[in-house]
Amino acid sequence: MTTAYDLRCRECGKSYGIQPLSICDDCFSPLEVTFDLEYARSRFTREAISNGPLNMWRYRALLPVPDSYDPQTPAGFTPLMKAPRLGQHIGATNLYIKNDAVCLPTLSFKDRVVAVALANAKEFGFDTVGCSSTGNLANAVAAQAARMGLKTFILVPADLEPAKILNTQVYGATLVRVEGNYDHVNRLCAQIADRYNWGFVNVNLRPYYAEGSKTVGFEIAEQLGWRLPDNIVCPMAGGSLITKIRKAFKELVALGLVEDRPVRFFGAQATGCSPISTAVKNNTDIIEPQRPNTIARSLAIGNPADGPYASRAIRESGGWAEDVSDVEIVSAIQELAETEGVFTETAGGVTTAVTARLYAHGRIKPDELTVSCITGNGLKTTDCLQGAYEQNQAIRPRLTDFENFVEERNSINQALSFLGESYVS
Amino acid sequence: MSVRVLLPNAFQKHTNNVREISSTAANLPELVTEIEGKFPALRQHLRGEDGQIRRFINFYVNEEDIRFLGNEKYAFKDDDEILVIPSIAGGCC
Repeated sequence: MTTAYDLRCRECGKSYGIQPLSICDDCFSPLEVTFDLEYARSRFTREAISNGPLNMWRYRALLPVPDSYDPQTPAGFTPLMKAPRLGQHIGATNLYIKNDAVCLPTLSFKDRVVAVALANAKEFGFDTVGCSSTGNLANAVAAQAARMGLKTFILVPADLEPAKILNTQVYGATLVRVEGNYDHVNRLCAQIADRYNWGFVNVNLRPYYAEGSKTVGFEIAEQLGWRLPDNIVCPMAGGSLITKIRKAFKELVALGLVEDRPVRFFGAQATGCSPISTAVKNNTDIIEPQRPNTIARSLAIGNPADGPYASRAIRESGGWAEDVSDVEIVSAIQELAETEGVFTETAGGVTTAVTARLYAHGRIKPDELTVSCITGNGLKTTDCLQGAYEQNQAIRPRLTDFENFVEERNSINQALSFLGESYVS
Repeated sequence: MSVRVLLPNAFQKHTNNVREISSTAANLPELVTEIEGKFPALRQHLRGEDGQIRRFINFYVNEEDIRFLGNEKYAFKDDDEILVIPSIAGGCC
C-alpha cells in the first residue's frame, strides 16, 4: 500500500471510508479526504518525488488513488515562471506565475482534478462519468474520459463560449446545454447524481477530485527549491483551489519537506460575481449568493460550495480578496500576454488584475515572493478580445510597401508618445 | 394550495427512503416545521446546535434560490416545486 486515506465530514468529522460520496448524512456538510500523514511520511519524500514521473503523479503518495491504478493522464508539472516584466509594470520585484494555461491535455488546471476523479471512477466501477461545468472542467472530463474509455454526460450553461463547447464535443462527449447559469446547471447535476448511478466528478467524486488541486501547491514548493512563498494569489469560483493549495503546504510542512513559514493567501474574483471576496471584505464565512454577471464565466459561480472555507483560509492566513471589473480583466489579459508571453483566459485576467491591485494598495510588498496562479488558456475565451485589435491593410509583397508600413507605424508611435501614450503591438 | 417538495438522497436515511412529499406549508419556516413533524429523525440532523438550519442546506423554489426570493418571507404558490439540496457541490477553482 502506498497511500492511506479516508473520507471525513469537514464539520462533524464522521468517517465514511472510501466510497463515491460527497455529503455527510448526519449533518449534510461536505466530505473531504484525510490522509494518514504518519503513513505517508516514509513514502512522500523529496527523493521519492524526484524519482517520480515529470507530471502530477510524482505526488501520488498524497493523492487519493488506489495503489493498483496505473495513471493514464499525465497532467500537471507546469512551469513556474519568474515574471520580471509584468513585475516592472505593477511594482513587483519577486513575482512568479504558475502557468496552468499550458497544463495538459486540455490547457487548464482542471486536468489535475479530473485525473484524480477519473482514477476513482474506474475504481468504483462507473462506466459513465459527468460533470457540471463552466467550460474548463467539461474539456478536461471529455478528453480524459475518452482516453480511459468512459462514457460521458457533460452539463454546461447554454451560453458558454463556443471554443469551450467545441473543445468538449470533439472528444465525443455527450454535451447537454442547459438554460440558465452555472448554479442552475449545478443544481440539476446534483439531482441527476442522486438518480443515476454515474460518477459525477464534482458531485459524488468531488472529495477525490478536489485533492488533485493540491498538486498546484506541491509543484510551487518543489519548483521554488522546496520552500514556501510569502504570498499566493489565486482565482476563486467555487473556492476550492485556494483551500487545497493551503492544504498542500500544510502537508508539506507536517512531513518536513519544507520549512514552516506563514503564507498569505489572496483570492481573486470578478466584481460581477464576487460572493467570496465580499465575504472576506466583510470579515465573515457567511456567503451571500449572487447572480453572476461577468465575462469571466469560468469563475461565474454565485453560490460557491467552498466559499466559507475559502473565506476562512484567506482571513486566517492574513491575506485578502479583491474583485475587478470586466474592463480590467481584458486589460490584464493583454498585459500578461505583452509582458510575459502568457495568453490566459478571463479567469487569468481576473487573477492578474487582482495581483496588480494588491501591489498598488500595498497589501503585498514589492520584494515578497509572490506566486500568481494562472489556471486557464486564452485560446478558449478569444471572444472577450473581439474588436480589441485592428486588422492592418494587407501590403503587396514588395519591400517598398513594407518600408512605408514601418514608416507609418513610427509616425503613429511618435504622435502617441508626444501625447504621453504608447502603442504596443 | 399545495407545493411539491423533493428531498435529496442524503436525507433518505432519516425519511424511510421517502424522496418526495406534498405540503400545504405557506412558507419556508412552516415547511421545515412540517418536514420535521413528518420525519422526527431528521430534525437533529437538519438543525445545528444553535437550533438554526445548517448552513450547507439549500432551498430552491422552481429554478431559483429561495434567498433571491425573500427567503423566509417568500409565500409559496400553488404548484411550486421546492428542491432541497445539501452542500451543493461544484465550482471551478
